[in-house]
Amino acid sequence: MTMTTELSCDVLVIGGGPAGCWAALTAREAGASVVLVDKGYVGTSGATAPTNSTVHYIVPDDATQRLGMVGSRVKEGQPFIDPSWVERVYDQTCANLDRLTEWGYEWPRNELGGEFRGNLRGPDYLQFLRRRLRKTGVKILDHSPALSLLQANDGVAGARGVSRAYGRHAAGTWDVRANAVVMATGGCAFRSGATGTFNLTGDGYLMAAQAGATFSGLEFTSNYAIAPATGALTKGIIYRSASFSDAQGQAVPRPQLFRKLADGERVFAVLDKAGDYLAEGYRQGQPNIFLYFNRMGSDPFRVPYEIRLFYEGTVRGTGGLLTSEQCETSVPGLFAAGDVVSKERLVGPAASGGGPASSWTNASGTWAGAAAARRAREVGARGAERVVHDVTDISGASTSKDTAAAEKDIPYREAFERVQAQVVPLDRNYFRTGEGLRAGLAELDALWATRHRIAPEAHADTPDGQVRAQVRLHELNAMIASARLFFTSALAREESCVLHRREDFPQSPASAPALPPYHIHVSGLDTLRQWRVPLAWTPAAPRTQPAAIAEVATA
Amino acid sequence: MIEFIHTEACIECDKCVAACPDLVFDAVPEGVPMLARREDCQTCYLCELYCPVDAIYVSPRLAPEQALDQQAIINAGLLGSYRRALGWAPGKPAGAAGDLSYRMHEDFPGGLGEAWKRSSRGNAKA
Repeated sequence: MTMTTELSCDVLVIGGGPAGCWAALTAREAGASVVLVDKGYVGTSGATAPTNSTVHYIVPDDATQRLGMVGSRVKEGQPFIDPSWVERVYDQTCANLDRLTEWGYEWPRNELGGEFRGNLRGPDYLQFLRRRLRKTGVKILDHSPALSLLQANDGVAGARGVSRAYGRHAAGTWDVRANAVVMATGGCAFRSGATGTFNLTGDGYLMAAQAGATFSGLEFTSNYAIAPATGALTKGIIYRSASFSDAQGQAVPRPQLFRKLADGERVFAVLDKAGDYLAEGYRQGQPNIFLYFNRMGSDPFRVPYEIRLFYEGTVRGTGGLLTSEQCETSVPGLFAAGDVVSKERLVGPAASGGGPASSWTNASGTWAGAAAARRAREVGARGAERVVHDVTDISGASTSKDTAAAEKDIPYREAFERVQAQVVPLDRNYFRTGEGLRAGLAELDALWATRHRIAPEAHADTPDGQVRAQVRLHELNAMIASARLFFTSALAREESCVLHRREDFPQSPASAPALPPYHIHVSGLDTLRQWRVPLAWTPAAPRTQPAAIAEVATA
Repeated sequence: MIEFIHTEACIECDKCVAACPDLVFDAVPEGVPMLARREDCQTCYLCELYCPVDAIYVSPRLAPEQALDQQAIINAGLLGSYRRALGWAPGKPAGAAGDLSYRMHEDFPGGLGEAWKRSSRGNAKA
């Protein structure tokens, strides 16, 4: 039997990684009633949960620390980034870390007993946030992926989705009416296999695109990360201590790494540049990395191991939904936080990595939650009177009603592999060319145009089996839609710029791009529209004076 | 990829069933959960952490193991090794104080490394 859950609240948050958790907590503290739905389990869901994430923040009253933190962003992202925005994000993060302390979070300590707040251990941090959510009265629906936004004539008014069966929970559907919605569904890594990204299939991009949202910076998406060849954990920081070699034992300089791997050559790494002190730091700080080696009985500090690259898309890349400073999207009533949002103002065309991305989840989650609570108050009682309808549903789930089973002649697996074949290969998406991108986009467009012919994956003929097939199809549609947005943006930027390498346009150093910085915006579903806009901010110099810091603290 | 649940150790609490972000497990009435959808496992090891009795083993390889000697893995003390490395209590967060990640951040050259050195609080390094 299927269960139907119908709820109404002030703010609905979709996605329970750190950004969604902070949005829910902030909206709740502002007095809103909050429902948080997650595709997985709030506590283990998303890219942060299985890792130990770096978090960048600014220590108050320390101009040198401030300059060092902000300076590292300026170095990688100038002249694109906005240093004053970096400060705003990092200051907000500092405030959030203070909140965690107030609530009793256990911080790492250095050998002198000093507290270190620059790392958030995923499993600890997210379980801690879950407890806080429950304590403050946020209603959580686990294993409940959203499938479509609900819209009223004055803006987004909720969402609907399904719940998977687990334990005593039956499979079913849910429908949440809300005065405001926060999208916090994470980036899209196209199920490339990197740990923590399995559920990050671009569902939020699809739902927001259906509602008419605009995206920015989706060309800054060719982010690949190193992992052991048979493992799945991508953590770049240890490779600062690595030497690379080919199958003959010849040294491979780091800049040649990607070319060699793209050409199908075998490459090996050994962490031989870490001294004992740093090696102990890696081992005691990042045990998840070393599980691979410990369980395989090998020593990565002495014995070379084969490596491969995983595509990480917007999980560690940069582009996403275009939002205001208050994290409102271009669609009224729809707010967004975390990796689903473009991080261009913070990191420019560079990778958002762990540290800046983690800060962004803190800051954007807080701002989106606060803004959604304000919107919910403005909508107020009229929210309950609004006529609500499904955002035009283009996913296979509903078109299947109109398509006879016999016409569903594209097997799910085949369609999925066709998306991956365009997005994952280094020769298509890392070493980009106009020709390659056009060919990829043509294939993706063809797949999109025939999506109603994709046969759902075979599943048990049970309510959960049906729900699961529906979710898989929705994810596939989301991946096709996301890939088309990425490739359309990548074609439009005819220059090479850090995370966007065009072999047919020369790489210009980050500090001197060929053209003045500009954004590629894109929107649409069946027909995509892209356009170029000048840089949306005037890069301001970072504040370094204590007086300016005090001003921020009291703002 | 997840390899096995040690059936003699499992107390059938079904915590793994709820906690797995990808719903790999199915609860079994009066029984040990079954690995219903192994192919969805993303090798995140979080089920191992949530297990209060260290009864789950996830292989660090993405692909299923061809030949796996359960008893050898149990004898080698690999069950619960991630939990112990983090310093977690059975099924519960603990031990973050032993996280020495600050060393890798302080190792960065230039302003960023300097900023990290100034980020620890309440000691001579600050």
